[in-house]
This record gives sequence, C-alpha cells and structure tokens, in this order.
Amino acid sequence: MTFTIEDITARLSAHLECALSLEPNSPVPLIIVPPEQLRAAANRLRYDHDLWFEHLNCITGVERAGGYEIVITLFSTKLSMMLNIKVKATGEEPTIPSITDIFPAADWHEREVFDMFGIRFDGHYDHRRILCADDWEGYPLRKNYQPPLFFHDIPVTVNVPGGHQIPVTRVPK
Amino acid sequence: MSIKDIDLPVGLTPEKWYEAVDAIESVHGEKMVLQMGPQHPATHGVLRLELETDGELIVKATPHIGYLHRCFEKVCENMTWPQVVPYTDRLDYCASMNNNFGYVLGAEKLFNIEVSERVQTIRVLVAEMNRVASHLVAVGTYGLDIGAWTPFLFLFQAREHLLDLFDELCGGRLLYNYIWIGGLSHDLPDGWLKKVREFIPYFAPKIPELNSLLSYNKIFIERLANVGVIPADLAIRYGVTGPNLRGAGVAWDLRKAEPYSGYETYEFDIPVGKGEVGTVGDCFDRYMVRVNEMVQSIRIIEQALDRLEKMEKDDVQAAIPKTFAKVPVGELYFRTEATKGELGFYMISDGKQKPYRLKCRAPSFCSLSVMKEVSPGLLIADMVALIGSLDVVLGEVDR
Repeated sequence: MTFTIEDITARLSAHLECALSLEPNSPVPLIIVPPEQLRAAANRLRYDHDLWFEHLNCITGVERAGGYEIVITLFSTKLSMMLNIKVKATGEEPTIPSITDIFPAADWHEREVFDMFGIRFDGHYDHRRILCADDWEGYPLRKNYQPPLFFHDIPVTVNVPGGHQIPVTRVPK
Repeated sequence: MSIKDIDLPVGLTPEKWYEAVDAIESVHGEKMVLQMGPQHPATHGVLRLELETDGELIVKATPHIGYLHRCFEKVCENMTWPQVVPYTDRLDYCASMNNNFGYVLGAEKLFNIEVSERVQTIRVLVAEMNRVASHLVAVGTYGLDIGAWTPFLFLFQAREHLLDLFDELCGGRLLYNYIWIGGLSHDLPDGWLKKVREFIPYFAPKIPELNSLLSYNKIFIERLANVGVIPADLAIRYGVTGPNLRGAGVAWDLRKAEPYSGYETYEFDIPVGKGEVGTVGDCFDRYMVRVNEMVQSIRIIEQALDRLEKMEKDDVQAAIPKTFAKVPVGELYFRTEATKGELGFYMISDGKQKPYRLKCRAPSFCSLSVMKEVSPGLLIADMVALIGSLDVVLGEVDR
C-alpha cells in the first residue's frame, strides 16, 4: 500500500485527536504539530508498522518573527518518503518536549539547537551546550545576537555593521 | 534464577560465591578519568574524549566537540548564495568537491536552475575523484593509527596525483570552490581528460597491493576484527550513514536510492560489510567498505570519462544566474552522498540575496554521536581503532 502525505496526516490526526495542518506547496511534505502533541506524533510515526519512519536525519531551528520553529526531518525506507515535522515555540525561553528516547539520533541535534537558539528540550538527559563553550553567553543564531567583545579576557573578533572591528587591547582589570 | 538454584561444584557454597563476587567488585570499584585529545594524533583533529577507565577497559566515553567551531551557519546568513560555496569547502576538507556538490545541487533545486548534461557529468567525475582521494586519506591514516607506516606514504603518493589533477583543473589542491550554482568555475583544461585517463591504470593495481600490504595483514586483522561492532539497528537509530552504515551490512547509498545529477545512468555496486574476518559491522568491515568503494568510484570515473570524451565543448557557466538579488522563496532539505555519509542542507530562502537560514547536517557529526554506545567495554588501544574506522573529520563535526 502506498501512503500519501494526506493519508499520514489523517492517520496522525485520528490518533492524536486533534487537527493537524499541512503545508501544501512544500517540496518536502511538511506537517505542523503542536508542541504538546510532538511526542505522541513522533512515537506514532516511528513505531506504526505501515509508516516506520526510523531515520531521523536532521533537526533545524529557525527564528521567525515572534517565535521559533523546529523542523524535524524524518525518513522512512519502507515508504521511501521524507517528512518534515514543524513545531512552533515562543517566548524568551522557548521549550518543547525532547524526543531523544524515541529517536536517539536526536540527542546531539537537540543539543545543537539549544546551543544555537536557546530552545530548551524538556526531558533531555544531557542538556548541555555542544559546540560553544559551556559558559558562553547568548545564543549565536538568534537574529538579535550580539557577540561579546571579550571571552575570559581574550578579545573576540566581532563582525559589526560597517566592517570588522578587532579589539586589540585587553580589558583593564 | 538465583545462585541457590544452580548445582554448584563441590566445595563452593553460595556464601563463598558471594564473597568472591564482592572481591571482584571491589577490584572494579576504582575508576580513572583520562583525557584523550584534543591534540591526540589519533583523533584526526581536535576531538577530546573524556574516557572513564577501569584498568585498561573503558567504562564510559564522552566526546567533547566544538574546538573547531567556526560559526558556519551564522557566517552563511551574512553571505550571498554563491559566496557560501567556498565556506562549504571547509566543512569536510578532505572532500571539498562533494561538499560543493551537495550545497550547489540543493540551491539549484530551490531556485529551479537546470544545468547541461556535460556540466552534470563533470561534476560526477570530480566528485568521484575526490571520493577516492578522501578514502585514501581515511584508509592511509587508519593504517597509521594502527601502527603501519608504509601504507600511509604509499597511499598519499597516489593521492598526490589526484591533487595535482585538481590543481590543474581549478588551482586549488585541497579547497577547490569549483562547483558553482548553475555551473563550474572553470572549463576542463586541454588534455586534462587524458591525464585522468592515465591515472586509472596507475591507480588500479594499487588496490590489490594495498590489500596484500595492509588489509589482510595478520596484525591488522587481529586489531580490527570484532572490535567496535556497530550493528545495523544501532547505526540507524543514531543516524549513522555512509560507509559506516554500509559496513553494518545495509546497502544504503543515496546515489542509488535518490539519484541526483545523473547517477542513475552509471553502473556501480554498493559494497557492504559481510563480516569477512569477524562480526558484521566491526572496524574491519567499515575499513573494507572504503577500500571497495574506491574500486566502484574508479568504475564511475571511467564511465564519466567515456561520456565526456564524446561530448562537444559547451559553456559551463551558461546557467549561472546573472544576479541573486531576487530569488524564489522556499525551504528545502536536500541531501547527497558525500564521502562520509549523508550530507544534508536545510536551506530557507526569503527571496533576498542572502540565505535566511542554512543548516548543515554533517555525516561525521552523527557518526560521532554513536560513540557513547559502542565504546563501553573496549580497551583504550581499541578506542583508536574505533575512531579511525568511523572516519570523522572535525571540520565537519564542528562546522
């Protein structure tokens, strides 16, 4: 049996008992899932024997006006189909549930999204920064991010409007 | 079932048994934390592993990455679409062509750009040549990690020929910036195809030589067989792709599964791990998949050469857009089979000159995340064998 994205959405909606929206013109099928339903949806997509989305390829954070989007890219070899799930998170400390126990591959991807956007993953067992230093301040991929001038007294090269500004002196103690 | 249900040998009582177990556990009680890296030669870059050891056994290994973080994704948001191409070179610096290729194909799909058949064929040719060069590094340095000096020098000699060919093609030996959105930076120089043709008979006997020199060497096999086994289901759960997944016996190759740039018209096989000397998915299988993949890449190179020699010269920059000031709006996840596995780009265009968001899904990043599952129970010396067999490039892990 072949599944279309409409079938998958209908099956998920019936399972979760809520209406899911679908972005029609996306090159990769895309379903928008509310954050509180994410874990149930991920579980269903992973373990439903007809769907069997066993590959988690990528988790991408995106900043949009008034909030954040997290795009989870899944792939099913059974259907040879790629599926994007989009979850929206808002607020100064946006939080969405972690899916690390369902997809172990999500572990490092979630840590990276936290590192870059400051989005918290509720229930992640090792919630730390991954690429930046543990005591780095701010979340670099936010659009309003201001890089620090100094990090542990070491000058940081900053890219500011109008060219490169390279601090050459150390902060006086 | 408890100890009381078992028929114990004469003289051994359950009490004595528990005493013995307690004695063993007290020996295992002391653990030591050992920092491996970030300047360890076997970590192939700046990777730090925090090893919790019990004697010579590893109890827990935590990889710490980020020492080579260069804010790739942030930099890309401040670059125009074509300006991103040189930055992709620096992701996996052993296989720059494949990185260019992945990014450019994604951008072309996003902007609906079609390139000529000749450009497609040249791209396949250079990408496969770079795959051979990258696997030569992987295999050569792996021998070096295990303690074999000669194969390393012997393979780098062959790689040097490839780098010279790339040098003549585009002026770069390691970072090429060759594949552009809509075309290529240079057309093929005169007589270049002939030189590539000459490379094939030079390189073909190197593989059997390598096999007799390194692959089937008794010491090498003893070091790799049954070490660091990654079974297929574990690999899939952790998103491991490329030669590491194929080493686990899964015939999954994006060049076959989701062909791009005309790969469906080439004849080649997917080498998989068969557990030749040990278990399926051990270090030796992952190593051997790379060796066999070089043979398949040479097959593709030969076919691409046959086609290119027959084709008329055309303008390789014909499809490059005049301006990127206004581009179609959209978002897309596009993936290709790079040398280390699935290289994916999630790109979002808001119609402006610069990418709104560009996320790179690096294969080595995912390969490294499986380490915490595989390493417990390994010897410290086998840790080196495991890292080498995963073939991680830290430029790609840290971005």
